[in-house]
Amino acid sequence: MTALSIEIRRKRYPARGPGPERTAIENLSIAAANGEFLCLVGPSGCGKTTLLHLIAGLDADFEGSIDTGTAGPPRIGYVFQEPRLLPWRTVRQNIELALPETGPDRGTLIDSLLRAMDLQDAAHQYPRRLSLGMSRRAALVRAFALEPDLLLMDEPLVSLDAPTARRIRELLVRVWLERPHTVIYVTHDLREAIALADRLVFLKSSPAAVLHQVTVNIPRGRRGEAEIEAFRQHLVEEHPEIRELL
Amino acid sequence: MTVRTFALPLASLLGLLAIWQGLALWAATPALPNPLEVAQAFGRETASGRLPAQLGITLARLAVSFVLAMSLGTALGILLGRRRTLDRLFDPWLVIFLNVPALVSIILCYVWLGLGEAAAIAAVVINKLPNVVVTLREGTRALDGDLAEMAQTYRFGRWKTLRHVIWPQLFPYLMVAARNGLALIWKIILVVELLGRGNGMGYQLHLFFQLFDVAGILAYTAAFVAVIQLLELTLLKPMETRAQCWQR
Repeated sequence: MTALSIEIRRKRYPARGPGPERTAIENLSIAAANGEFLCLVGPSGCGKTTLLHLIAGLDADFEGSIDTGTAGPPRIGYVFQEPRLLPWRTVRQNIELALPETGPDRGTLIDSLLRAMDLQDAAHQYPRRLSLGMSRRAALVRAFALEPDLLLMDEPLVSLDAPTARRIRELLVRVWLERPHTVIYVTHDLREAIALADRLVFLKSSPAAVLHQVTVNIPRGRRGEAEIEAFRQHLVEEHPEIRELL
Repeated sequence: MTVRTFALPLASLLGLLAIWQGLALWAATPALPNPLEVAQAFGRETASGRLPAQLGITLARLAVSFVLAMSLGTALGILLGRRRTLDRLFDPWLVIFLNVPALVSIILCYVWLGLGEAAAIAAVVINKLPNVVVTLREGTRALDGDLAEMAQTYRFGRWKTLRHVIWPQLFPYLMVAARNGLALIWKIILVVELLGRGNGMGYQLHLFFQLFDVAGILAYTAAFVAVIQLLELTLLKPMETRAQCWQR
């Protein structure tokens, strides 16, 4: 059962000013099963963010098709590279505003997510008063609280300290296991990708296309530092072509 | 707020009064009445009911033309800020309207629309409108695209986007337009009244001018300035403070 199917023949950016026309994505196809956790790994600037924009429906100007596999428009949670919180609304208001007007009451869910992210005391603060790490976590709560069909994440843990990043990774997996939904997670950190993904999708850059795909076959309960490192070593030895991406 | 925040402006105002008193004593001419004479004129005009009446008429005109100029200007400014072609098409018009002297547009309004209330209001609105358009166009251009994308992904819809994403970003520009607008309209409306209306502050000031009643002129001016400051302190300032509480 394929839920998400992405077929992009070409995505071009028109020439702007002195810069020439640029092809960002060419002949890229990715399919994800319902509830699958995909990590897109590739060098920075390879068009990963562009790809997420296309999937989110923020840019319809491309050749190809994206089928989210849902009957209606999918509920999409998008964690952008920057937190993108409304600075004039409190953390809690930011989270609530992103929820659909109709639907179940998610008050308790928000409370528990805020607690899990260690944000319970910041709920009524304005984002300008938060550190970047806290803002990032608030943006994550916003995406989780929506209980999305499709969760897009664009390097959401960049610039967080290692323990916080690990805690959030664990929380992310827990939330995902409790309520399976398709996740597209963009990162350039291979260890992080191995820790999280069902499947790794390696992208080459300019223009972006799929270079290689690998299923992570370590059971989720057993993805410790050592196992991840061993998997990484093995991967790099087996596929020298991905080495230059990392 | 400390005593200091009030003490210094108060001392400064008293200083101005003292200088005025000194100049009046030194000049000793009816062309420069002293503060007491102006206060007396103020009391007389207020007691007779003439000052409140004329001030009320002018304030009503001000309110109508302010609301018209702000709402029309905001709509047009947002439109030009969003549509590049329209902007390029109408920008030259804007430049022309910005540079037509107020007096010219006032005269033309009276000539074309007759010496009526509609012409007076139109003249004020035409003078103020381009400023609002330019300010709001600037604000619209500065709207944050990242937040717009966020709102689109999370399906905010039109109303939610307007209220929670667009409005807070345009608010500072609206405040600037309102402040500058008030100051500008105040000045223009008097000329409008002087040239073509049989009542209002402008008309009254013209009358005082013909009678050479400088105390009357200064009394009305004081009332004028006081009302503007009152608007600023009771309306604009609190609105702004409330809207900016999210900033550090």
